[in-house]
Amino acid sequence: MILSSPFDKEPNSVTEIMLWVIAATLPGLFALVYFFGIGIIINILIASITAIVTEALILKLRKRPVKATLFDGSALVTAWLIGLALPPLLPWWMIVVGTAFAITFVKQVYGGLGNNLFNPAMVAYVLLLISFPVQMTSWLPPSELAQNPVGITDTLSYIFTGSGTNGQDIINARQGIDGFTMATPLDHVRTELAQGYRITEIQSSPIISGLSGIGWQWINLAFLLGGLILIIRKIAAWQIPAGVLAGIFLMSLLLYFTDNDQYLSPLFHWFAGATMLGAFFIATDPVTASTTAKGRWLFGLGIGIITVLIRTFGGYPDAIAFAVLLMNMAVPMIDYYTKPKAYGHKTNKGAAADV
Amino acid sequence: MNSESKIIVKNGLWDNNPALVQLLGLCPLLAVSNTFINGLGLGLATTWVLAGSNASVSLVRNYIPKEIRIPIFVMMIASFVTNVGLLMNAYTYDLFLTLGIFIPLIVTNCAIIGRAEAFASKNKFWPSLLDGIAQGLGFTLILCALGAIRELVGQGTLFYGAEQLFGEWAKSLTLSFYLTDHKFLFAILPPGAFVFLGLLIAIKNVIDKRNEEKAKAVKMAQLGLNNEALAHE
Repeated sequence: MILSSPFDKEPNSVTEIMLWVIAATLPGLFALVYFFGIGIIINILIASITAIVTEALILKLRKRPVKATLFDGSALVTAWLIGLALPPLLPWWMIVVGTAFAITFVKQVYGGLGNNLFNPAMVAYVLLLISFPVQMTSWLPPSELAQNPVGITDTLSYIFTGSGTNGQDIINARQGIDGFTMATPLDHVRTELAQGYRITEIQSSPIISGLSGIGWQWINLAFLLGGLILIIRKIAAWQIPAGVLAGIFLMSLLLYFTDNDQYLSPLFHWFAGATMLGAFFIATDPVTASTTAKGRWLFGLGIGIITVLIRTFGGYPDAIAFAVLLMNMAVPMIDYYTKPKAYGHKTNKGAAADV
Repeated sequence: MNSESKIIVKNGLWDNNPALVQLLGLCPLLAVSNTFINGLGLGLATTWVLAGSNASVSLVRNYIPKEIRIPIFVMMIASFVTNVGLLMNAYTYDLFLTLGIFIPLIVTNCAIIGRAEAFASKNKFWPSLLDGIAQGLGFTLILCALGAIRELVGQGTLFYGAEQLFGEWAKSLTLSFYLTDHKFLFAILPPGAFVFLGLLIAIKNVIDKRNEEKAKAVKMAQLGLNNEALAHE
């Protein structure tokens, strides 16, 4: 087809897409650093170095061209997402173990980029979560609520030696202004509910104030902003985040209507934990998500519904990672049943299908 | 050892290993192989049952009606499992408690009924007994290897809990390679078993492929020599 300029160019190379994804996470990254300190950036650095070294080693072992594949940016995006998802001040070797596992067993063993069944970043997260539940579920308090704000040297010291520069225990860093160890809003609500408190009582705590807790609401809003850029640039399929958010909304609304003193509101779910990061950056991974328009809706809805169910009734405070992995398994079946019919073929209703 | 027995032994330990090639009995394999000693304990119990059931099935193979052979095999296997369960209860009580439900569950291990059906019901007594022992040892080998890897990666020890199998003196056998506050739970829990079993199978396939290529190269070299000889003529 011959067209005249100007052309509205869409990014087409793998590298370009990967760079856009990384750029779109920047607002969220800034918010995370603002509330939780420089630890997140160290996470990303450690994960990136590990990912690139592992990828190069495995490519060499598999006798594949190292340079071309190594710098397509896909390993970097995986590492970047792992770094964003992990709590700050996690011991460095845990990040290394998780990232190396993701690249080796989840990506390369299946045949490299484009062949993996599961989202590598989320497998790394789940691997670490089930192996080291204590470290993985203890986040720092948002900086304005912290009793002992953690500086840069302390951060490095915690990550690489396990204790602060003066030898203080990591518990120190996790203390809130009231002297108690701080949990994330989702974790906090969960423990309080288990102790028999009601939502209205829990919401008087400073960590839960606002839309979904100090810090977390802004982080989620920032990721939402970055995600919208991805959608506008047509890098991520809009149906997936829409499906995730709709699934979370519907499921939590249903629970909220049955008893709004026992279950969190849909808005809280939307802006708590990893919702926006998961919906826009993780679920939209083009390799492991569904590829048809209808399928993407189903995939997203499934993630949303499972997330709320696990957050409410399961054993872990947040559930985006589990939900994404569970729906990854369903993708081949979803794709099979939502294949668009070729033009001219009759649909069940007897009309020609729109493609 | 004659060539037939050699083939039986090699089949059990390598070529037709129940865990690596037939992929039978994976349930106990994945669930119990979290330490070397647990693996060894269950492996020896399974070997005992396999040897016993193979031997006895081959003795009565000509008297069993074809139509109801499976229930009869299961009954015979179950009696050996009861037997080994009682023995472990009496002599290695701690290990008996650790392995728990997986001792009675040996009866459902498809590797055992598989051998009864595929080998013992068609062969004489001595080959059947040998096949049972070889297959059992092959299974034990993989259980122990998997147990050792998972133990080492998961908690940094080797032969942990040896006293459960060998008595008090064996406590000193436990080797500790590194101490950690955080066990690597992934390796100790079943998902780790899946990954490490996959790696073991991959390693076996690589070794087999190398040997095959080597054999091929030797053959090609011989053929090449023959061809040269022909050309000279």
